[in-house]
Amino acid sequence: MATIDTISAHPPIAHTRPERRRLLLHRISTSAYAILRGVIVIGICFLILHPIVSRIMISFMTEQDLFDQTVIYVPRQFTLENYATVWRAMNFVVPFFNSLRLTLLVSLFQVVACALIGYGFARFDFPGKRIWFALVIFTLIVPPQTIMIPLFLHFRFFDVAGLFGLVTGQRGINLLDTIWPFVLMSATGMGMKSGLYIYIVRQFYRSVPRELEEAAYIDGAGVLKTFTMVMLPSGVPAFVTIFLFSFVWQWTDTFYSNLFLRNLLTLPRALNSLPLVISQQMYGEIGTLATMPPAMASMYTNVGSLMLVAPLVILYVVFQRYFVESVERSGMVG
Amino acid sequence: MRRALEASVRRRAIWGYAFISPFIVGITVFFAIPFVQSIIFSVNELQVTQDGYELIPIGLANYHRAFFIHPQYNRVLLDSVLQMLTELPLIVIFSFLAASLLNQSFRGRTVARAIFFVPVILTSGVLLQLQTQDLLMNALLSAQAGMDADAAREGITIGRDLAMLLDASRLDPRFVNYVISAVADINQTVNRTGVQILIFLAGLQSISPSLYEAATIDGATGWEVFWKVTFPMISPLVLVNVIYSVVDIFVRYDNPMMILVRDVAFAQNNYGLSAAFSWIYFLAVLIILGIIASAFSRRVFYQT
Repeated sequence: MATIDTISAHPPIAHTRPERRRLLLHRISTSAYAILRGVIVIGICFLILHPIVSRIMISFMTEQDLFDQTVIYVPRQFTLENYATVWRAMNFVVPFFNSLRLTLLVSLFQVVACALIGYGFARFDFPGKRIWFALVIFTLIVPPQTIMIPLFLHFRFFDVAGLFGLVTGQRGINLLDTIWPFVLMSATGMGMKSGLYIYIVRQFYRSVPRELEEAAYIDGAGVLKTFTMVMLPSGVPAFVTIFLFSFVWQWTDTFYSNLFLRNLLTLPRALNSLPLVISQQMYGEIGTLATMPPAMASMYTNVGSLMLVAPLVILYVVFQRYFVESVERSGMVG
Repeated sequence: MRRALEASVRRRAIWGYAFISPFIVGITVFFAIPFVQSIIFSVNELQVTQDGYELIPIGLANYHRAFFIHPQYNRVLLDSVLQMLTELPLIVIFSFLAASLLNQSFRGRTVARAIFFVPVILTSGVLLQLQTQDLLMNALLSAQAGMDADAAREGITIGRDLAMLLDASRLDPRFVNYVISAVADINQTVNRTGVQILIFLAGLQSISPSLYEAATIDGATGWEVFWKVTFPMISPLVLVNVIYSVVDIFVRYDNPMMILVRDVAFAQNNYGLSAAFSWIYFLAVLIILGIIASAFSRRVFYQT
């Protein structure tokens, strides 16, 4: 009786010698593999985190510490002076809110547009669907630089089918240096990397079971009501993912803002001119890049980048759970 | 009954078009028209006038200039293609290995995942631009890490030992050099693989556990399970990732060709030449994508 109990409680127990040896070997190879895996994972994490940690540590150093060979990682004279200098020179609050407004606007429009378009591709059958979807992928393949000049001129002389020209006799409205190019392009699924977001939403909705939708239809809900009440809430992980992508890429973007919003002081732009600005503040009129010690110019750029990244890191930590969940629910498989 | 069904199919089709209608507007106005225009610009000289712009047709002169007169164009074109071809295998292989690791269950997996995706944030837009520009900071960083600048330029010191080991193995020296530079550039590779890891990871998660169970019951070893189950199931995503990486390498803002195209347009105001530059480049990208996609699609396994 006792033997039977033991067997049923621990099925793989070994009774003969070769079997025991096999089990031991198995255990050894499993733990060896676990150790190897741990080493690789920790190694890669180190590769990713090491430059960031070094940059953070350096940002607290004085100029003297920077050149002191005996100071490694931990600053001897801990200082926040670099942050204060950069904060003043960038006038941080102004570009921060400029960037925040622009980025939020663009990301929200992109999420809404890509949610609609992606859902349309995932759940409806209509003639020409494959061609339209191929076009989505095509927009991803064409470098934005190829259509950059026509787009630029398009918004310089913006006109809808010649209507504006007919009324006013001028050649279109100048939409450059307004928010409209960003709004129009993100709202029509043509913003930065919108093709990728449409793809993500489509793949996500394809993995959502159809029963969910059918139940709503049987209950008498129309297409729109089903979409807003059932499908939108279930798509949240995908939306968070594309919001995160969109926010990060817009936040650090210089390409589109250099093209359409040349006068708005965004954070990346403030960061680009940072060493020059500090130099001018320190040395007055004669201040150029050359008058500042290059190491300090580097230091200020470094501190500025950390300040630019900080909001993104906070955002990532907050939303990381959703982000991974949307991967878990295999939103991206073809 | 049949008519009712047809009507409902038609209604669904109309709804489908309603949902993608923003895209149809967008691709027409902000993509198709500019796309065609840029072809036209490339065979013209574009002059900005008081109330608009004028096009002066000059035939293929811009293309001729790109290939035969411009001092840098050919070299930059060749460089960016070669750079892509060296980076591509590293990125795809590394992201696949990383995704396989992150797919297994071990303690601290959530933290590891969060860290692996950090490069997506840190290598975007202006940050990437600053990192590549700021050589001094890189030197400082490696000095802080206790390495001299020379070692940092040659990569991690382990690269040298590896080189000696591989040299002794009498393998093809080109292969040896490739492996050494791959190890030396591991940092760069890691930094470029966030999205690719994500795509592979999603694919691995979606493989049904019953397939693995069936394979194990049939007595397959881990090695066999990998090649007979995991690899075929993931192969469509290899193609997706290859295409994504090619495009990503080609259009990222620190690509020398993209910088050249932008400078010719906005620093030298030569819009026509810039359009010709980007068109040659785009056609090169298309040809490479075509070759890669056709080479892969024959080997890809689709579950039907």
